[in-house]
Amino acid sequence: MKEIRSAGASGLSDSYDAIIVGAGIVGAASAAECSRAGLKVLVLDRGPIGGGSTGSAMGHIVVMDDSEAQFALTSYSRRLWRRLAAELPDDVEYDPCGTLWVAADEEEMAGMLRKKNYYEMNGARADVLDEASLAAAEPNLRRGLAGGLCVVDDAVIYPPCAARFLLAKAQEDGAEVRVGVDVISLSADGGVRLSDGTEISATLSVNAAGCGSPALTPGLPVRKRKGHLVVTDRYPGFVRHQIVELGYLKSAHSVAADSVAFNVQPRGGGQVLIGSSRQYDAEKSDIDQDILRRMLRRAVEFLPGLERLSALRSWAGHRPATPDKLPLIGRSPWNEKVWLATGHEGLGITTSLATGKLLADLITGRPTEIPAAPYSPERLSKGDADHG
Amino acid sequence: MADLVTITIDGARVSVPAGTVLAVALFQAGVVRFRRSTRGEPRGPLCGMGICFECRVTVNGRPHCRSCQTLCEEGMDVRTDE
Amino acid sequence: MSNRRLDFDVVVAGAGPAGMAAASVAAENGRKTAVLDATPWIGGQIWRGQEAKRSSRAAGRWLERLRASGAQILRCAADVAAPRAGVLLAEAGDSSLEISWQKLIIAAGARELFLPFPGWTLPNVMGPGGIQVLVKAGLPVAGKRVVVAGSGPLLIAAGAELRKAGAKVVVVAEQAGFSDLVRFAGSLSRSAPKKIFQAAQYQLRLLGVPYRTGCWVTEAQGDQKVEQVAIRSQNKTWTLPCDYLACAYGLVPNLELPRLLGCRLESGAVQVNSFQETSIAGVFCAGEMTGIGGEDRALIEGRIAGYAASRRRDKAERFFKARKRARKFSRAMDEAFALRDEVKHLARRETIVCRCEDVSRSRLEVHDGWRSAKLHTRCGMGPCQGRVCGGAVRVLFGWEHESVRPPLFPVSVGTLAGADADTSPQDKSTRP
Repeated sequence: MKEIRSAGASGLSDSYDAIIVGAGIVGAASAAECSRAGLKVLVLDRGPIGGGSTGSAMGHIVVMDDSEAQFALTSYSRRLWRRLAAELPDDVEYDPCGTLWVAADEEEMAGMLRKKNYYEMNGARADVLDEASLAAAEPNLRRGLAGGLCVVDDAVIYPPCAARFLLAKAQEDGAEVRVGVDVISLSADGGVRLSDGTEISATLSVNAAGCGSPALTPGLPVRKRKGHLVVTDRYPGFVRHQIVELGYLKSAHSVAADSVAFNVQPRGGGQVLIGSSRQYDAEKSDIDQDILRRMLRRAVEFLPGLERLSALRSWAGHRPATPDKLPLIGRSPWNEKVWLATGHEGLGITTSLATGKLLADLITGRPTEIPAAPYSPERLSKGDADHG
Repeated sequence: MADLVTITIDGARVSVPAGTVLAVALFQAGVVRFRRSTRGEPRGPLCGMGICFECRVTVNGRPHCRSCQTLCEEGMDVRTDE
Repeated sequence: MSNRRLDFDVVVAGAGPAGMAAASVAAENGRKTAVLDATPWIGGQIWRGQEAKRSSRAAGRWLERLRASGAQILRCAADVAAPRAGVLLAEAGDSSLEISWQKLIIAAGARELFLPFPGWTLPNVMGPGGIQVLVKAGLPVAGKRVVVAGSGPLLIAAGAELRKAGAKVVVVAEQAGFSDLVRFAGSLSRSAPKKIFQAAQYQLRLLGVPYRTGCWVTEAQGDQKVEQVAIRSQNKTWTLPCDYLACAYGLVPNLELPRLLGCRLESGAVQVNSFQETSIAGVFCAGEMTGIGGEDRALIEGRIAGYAASRRRDKAERFFKARKRARKFSRAMDEAFALRDEVKHLARRETIVCRCEDVSRSRLEVHDGWRSAKLHTRCGMGPCQGRVCGGAVRVLFGWEHESVRPPLFPVSVGTLAGADADTSPQDKSTRP
C-alpha cells in the first residue's frame, strides 16, 4: 500500500476529477469506486483515517427493512461486501456470522414471520427459529424468548481497517490521499478550500464528511445521533451471531426520545461488542452514564451471562442522521459541482460499498444497479428554504 | 504456621498456605507459561502489581483472572495456558 | 450482582504510604473516612507484605496509625468510574460500590516504565518492582540466577531483596552513567541523594551484588522463557545466562483517575496547589501522582492532603518545609536517572510493543499518533488499557495519551450496568 502522506507539502496544483472530503468508510468506498471508474481522485481528511463515525461504529453488515428503499440499499451493499470478502485482509476481520433477530414474545414473533416473508420475497434468506432452536443457536440467550429470525448472509467487520483497505484500493487505481488536511468549504466551481487558505481545484467535490457534512454544505439536514458501545475481553463462542432485538428497529426509527436497544456482536478474537443507544442533542462524545447503564441492563436482560464478563472499554460516537432515515447519495440540489455521500445513520458500514458504487455510476452517467432516486438529495429541495 | 489449602493446577493437586498469592503458587508448582498472547506466544507475569494482565489464568471456570491479585482458597481450580 | 452505596466525608483512593497517611490524619481529625485499594493488601507497592511480616518501622507505625484512626479500609475495591460529581464507582469482587465523597484524595501511586526490547515478552522477564513484590510473597528464587536491569533506585532495592531471598544476582545494570548519578548529588548542599546512593551501593557491595552503571540489556533470549540476556556497556556487548530478568526504566504515576476527573496535569504529573488540591475543587493528590518521589515524599504529601481535606490547614502547613526538601530530592533523582537515547531505541521492527494485542513496532511507526495507531492496530485497546504500552509509545514516538473513559480498569459488565433501582436524585447539572 502506498504511503499516505500528511499534508503540508506543496504541489497541490494538479487538478482532479473529484475531491472527496472524508476518509471514513463512505469516503473510502466512494474513492475506490470513482478511481476504478477512471476518475482522478483526491481524498482529504483531518485524520486519522476512519476516525469519525467509522471509528466508533459497530461494524455490522446487515439487511434492514425499515423501508423498501433501505432494504434495497442494504441488500445491494451486502451483496457487494460478500463479493469483496475474499479480498479483504485479516485486519478487516470479515466474519459472515449472520444476524439473529430476537423476538421476546408471541407478538414480536408474529412480526418476525412478516419480516421473514418480506426478506425472502426480496431475495434475502431468513430462517425462523423457535424457542428451542434459538437456544441451540445462542446458548447464552435467556430462556423464555419466543424465537428468532436468522439472516444468515449478514456479517461483521472492523470498520477502520476496512476504510484503510478501500483507500488502498483507490490508490492502486491512481487516487491520492492526504491526511491532516482541514477542508473548510466546497467551492461552486467544484474545488475545495482548506483552512490555511489553499484552494485545490477539481471538476467536482464529494461531501462524504459524515457528521461534519453540514459544515461543508450549510443547511444540510444531517444531525448527530449519539451512540454508546462497550467491548469486553475475549470470550470466544459467548455469542456466535450478531444478535439484535426486534425493538432495535423502533429505536432506530424513532425521531425523538433517547432510546436503547439490545444489539451485540462478536469481534475477532472473541471480544463481545455491546450496543446500542440513540440520542439527539447530545453533541459531545463523553460517556452518558445513565444511558450506558440502561443500555447494559437491556443487554443483560437478553444475555444474563454478560453480567460477569469483563468490560474493557466504553466509548461514544455519533451517527450522521437524516430526517427520513435514508442517506443522501447524489448531486447536491444547491450546487451542481458538489455531490453528497452522507447521512447514513447506523448503516454507514453496511451501505458504504453501495454508496460508492451508486455515486460513481451517477457521476459517470452509467446506469445504476438499483434505483438511485430514493437516496437522491433532490428530495430535500422540495419545500426547503433557499440555500443560495 | 498458616493453614494449608489444596488447589488444583491444570488437574494436579497442590497444597499451599491459605492466602498465598496464586501467581506465586503457580511458580512454585513449576508453571512458567501462564497464558498465550493473541498470536499464541507464551506469557507470564510482568508487573506483579495487577496492571499488565499477563498473569491471567482461569479460576473456577472464570477466565481472565489476574493470578498476582488472587489469593489461594480451598478447592480453587486453576487452569493455565488458555 | 449486588450494589452497595456508601457515604464518606473523605475518600482516599489508594492505600500505599501516601493514602495511608492521608486517611489516618483525616480520620483522626473527625472526618468519616475510607481508604480503598484495588489489591487485597494495604501498603501499596513499597510496603507490600508489611502486614504479614514487619520489616520497616515506618510501615509498622503507619499500619498501626491507620488501624487506630478508625478509617474504613476497603480492600479489593478498584475504582472504575466517576458517574456523577462526588461519586466514585468501584468494583469489589462481585459487587459494585457507589462511594460518595465530599473530599477525594487520590494516591494511586506509580507503575514501572517498560521499554520494549527484543525478547522482553518472554516468560520470566518482569519488572524489578514486580519481581520484588512476588519474592516478598514467596516466589522461590533461591539459587536462581537473576539479572536486574533498567534504571532507578528500585533496581538497588530489588537486587538487595533478591539476594536476601537467596538468588544469585548476576548483576544490577543501571543505564545511567556513574558521573550522571553523582553530578547532581554533588551540587546539593545537603547531599542527601549522594549519601543515600552511596549507602545503597554499599549495601549491594556487602551482599556481593555487582552494580554496574552505564550498562543496559539489549535483548532477552530463550525459547519458552528467558535463558540468557545480552548486555551492553560502552562498546562491549556480552551475554549472561539467567533464570529471571528484572528490567524496567523507573516509575510513572497512575494518572487515570485524575485524568478522568479532568485534573490539570503538568510535566506528566498532577498539578496541585500548596495544600495538594488539584484544579478540580475538592479533589486532592498526594505521593507519586504529583511526581515520583518515594516513601518520604508520599508520607509528607499524604499528611498535607489529609489535613487540608479535614480543614486543618494549620497542621498541613507544618509539613511544607519537609515537602520542599523531598521535592528537591525527587528532582535531583529524576535528573540523575534520566534515560539515555540507546534504551529508547532497543526495539527492532518485529519487537512487540503492545503486549495485549501483539502489535509490533513496525506496525505502529507508520501512524502519526495514538488515535490512528489505536484505531488501526488496536494498540492500547487491550485489558491493560495502555498502561504498559503507553509509557513505551510515549518514549518511542512522542505520542501522548488522549482522554480517559470509564472503566478505568477492566470491570464486570454488571458493575458498569449499575443498580437495579436507581433511587437517588440524578443531578445532571453537576455531572463531571
